[in-house]
Amino acid sequence: MTDTAHATSRPGPDYAKAAKDALLAGIIALGIFGPLVGLKTEQNMSNELIVRNDMASALIIVAIVMAGRFLLSAFVFPRMGARGKKPTVANAIDEGVKPDRTKLYARLGLLLLFLYPIIVVSLLGFQGSLKWVDNFGIQILIYVMLGWGLNIVVGLAGLLDLGYVAFYAVGAYSYALLAINFDLSFWVLLPVAGILAAMWGVILGFPVLRLRGDYLAIVTLAFGEIIRLVLINFRELTNGSAGISSIPKVTLFGIPFDASPDGFAKMFDLPLSSAYYKIFLYYLILLLALLTAYVTIRLRRMPIGRAWEALREDEVACRSLGINTTNTKLTAFAIGAMFAGFAGSFFAARQGFVSPESFVFMESAVIVAIVVLGGMGSMIGVAVAAAAMIGGTELLRELTFLKAVFGPEFNPDQYRMLLFGLAMVGIMIWRPRGFVSARQPTAFLFERKAVSGSLVKEGHG
Amino acid sequence: MEIFLQQLINGITLGSIYGLIAIGYTMVFGIIGMVNFAHGDVFMVSAFIALIFFLVLTTWLGIASVALALFLVLIIAMVLTGLLSWSIERIAYRPLRGSFRLAPLISAIGMSIVLSNFIQVAQGPRNKPTPPMVRDVIVLTDSNGYAVTLSYKQIIIMVTTAVLLAAFWYVVQKTPLGRAQRACEQDRKMAALLGVNVDRTISLTFVMGAALAAVAGTMYLMYYGVVNFSDGFVPGVKAFTAAVLGGIGSLPGAVLGGLLIGLIETFWSGYFSIDYKDVAAFSILAIVLIFMPQGILGRPEVEKV
Repeated sequence: MTDTAHATSRPGPDYAKAAKDALLAGIIALGIFGPLVGLKTEQNMSNELIVRNDMASALIIVAIVMAGRFLLSAFVFPRMGARGKKPTVANAIDEGVKPDRTKLYARLGLLLLFLYPIIVVSLLGFQGSLKWVDNFGIQILIYVMLGWGLNIVVGLAGLLDLGYVAFYAVGAYSYALLAINFDLSFWVLLPVAGILAAMWGVILGFPVLRLRGDYLAIVTLAFGEIIRLVLINFRELTNGSAGISSIPKVTLFGIPFDASPDGFAKMFDLPLSSAYYKIFLYYLILLLALLTAYVTIRLRRMPIGRAWEALREDEVACRSLGINTTNTKLTAFAIGAMFAGFAGSFFAARQGFVSPESFVFMESAVIVAIVVLGGMGSMIGVAVAAAAMIGGTELLRELTFLKAVFGPEFNPDQYRMLLFGLAMVGIMIWRPRGFVSARQPTAFLFERKAVSGSLVKEGHG
Repeated sequence: MEIFLQQLINGITLGSIYGLIAIGYTMVFGIIGMVNFAHGDVFMVSAFIALIFFLVLTTWLGIASVALALFLVLIIAMVLTGLLSWSIERIAYRPLRGSFRLAPLISAIGMSIVLSNFIQVAQGPRNKPTPPMVRDVIVLTDSNGYAVTLSYKQIIIMVTTAVLLAAFWYVVQKTPLGRAQRACEQDRKMAALLGVNVDRTISLTFVMGAALAAVAGTMYLMYYGVVNFSDGFVPGVKAFTAAVLGGIGSLPGAVLGGLLIGLIETFWSGYFSIDYKDVAAFSILAIVLIFMPQGILGRPEVEKV
């Protein structure tokens, strides 16, 4: 008796229904991918646009969609339904009791980061290490720093800023223009760039104080675009879309990294190599990123950090408890912008060239994606997401065998943003709180509550 | 005076296109309160669909009549774009209803990135120029060597927009579907209790918005004769500005806002500087959102705790 009941409550996969779903999905996919992938518009020899038939690739995609839909309908969805969709309170309590290993992981990661250039150099030599330190190390750390900076605004204060890259641009252009026109050193201009960016954070933050949610996001996007368009059109100052080149490099407290007698290599009697400068830059951006992390962690435990988190959870409650939301929001904008300014001046010094091309909306979207994927508010999550997304796409470029599979024109760079977008959508659907979700309030009365913050609906802050 | 008249004609044409896109934003915002960030890219994809089928119809199938080809292209683009938008809603937005507040917006931003980069990968990053489809112009006045012209394609755009808006207005005001939409807009839970299929209504809203965006996309392709994978972002933002300016959630508001944005943009480029025309558009967006978020025809929003 009980056996039959058991059997009917958990039937085997319903293949007929799955096949029907797959067929429907296939028809829809054919409608969408058939023309867009199967019919390629190209210019022929006489510059006329013609259509080339490439139905084979479209049909491959349709087949993949159908297979995926079949598997989802037959196996994944029923299992998900049986297991229950939402985590229960009991699960949350278990999670709360689990020993907190975060600190240990953070320390190990930190050690690895400090040893990374040494490991790479000892494995590959100075020349071989260039790519790994520059393309991977520095590139990832810039995004880690930007992610941590934006994390203050989005993750802690809950203000979705889609124009964050504008402050990055302010930092980069401040350094570039002041270094070229006034011949000031990086170490003087780093704080200046930070202060200027923070000032812009306040200037742009002030008008949007009354806005929340979607409207705030769109207005910050508009501000970001306005700053970029002004950089393009204000040619007298910024040299327009051609950009500013030959920006001075960073010096090690006055010791330049070049072939001159005062240069780093000569001074320490080492063979000339550009690797020293890269390794130096690596440690510089690592320290800057760690400064961001340190300040964020300390601020979280101060009244202002608590106010940010309260603001994220519920703005109305915040105000009725006497928190000055104006100051709270403006400090979040200013401090977030300041770190973007630091990162921007580092970026300008590292590239030696800035142009408005580097500060398009997509760049903002990438940073937002990193913060979102990492789990808003989680420092380690953001770092992991930056490493995965930036390093992952760099790695994709290294994989030469992919060219053999997809043909010689295969350019992984093109797929980079596509993957970013898909990851953003996917994460929102499966884990809206990100890889490492941390919405636990850092402040609690007497004891941690049994119900985790992740289960409570966020307020309309 | 001639310049004024010419810019007025150009502005209304451009404004019609923005208005058509803006309706998609305003309806979706009205019914589920989310900014469909990917709508601009849906518009761009529709222009690509129109381009592909225009080429297929004229070169492969040898349809000589441009009018017939354009009409068929319009229908195909509306259907396929509607299908695309339906799938997007199903995959990326529906599972997020009831998630935290910023989740749908973030998902929509992701979808926007996916769409533009998908087109870049699938159709190539280059501009896609088409030969002019409709060439004839009517010279309205011709004094001092400055001719004010009204081209046939501008007439087509204005007439198509007017006809479709009328049809659309009828659907929303007089049909059961429109009634269900307005019910969902007012109170989704209550509408569901009274037997309205909320999921279906929301899906159809997305489809309708996308179909109008497809009209805009076809018109855009015909008007400018060129389309690129990155063409969705700026028109999308401008159309969103139009929707907010007109009062988000209001259909006549979206059209009015679209016309205003189109006119402001053309007059700005005609009288001030063409370099800063996008700065003007983005500034209007910021100013409207900050100082009059309820728009011209919208209702003021009261926040409930």
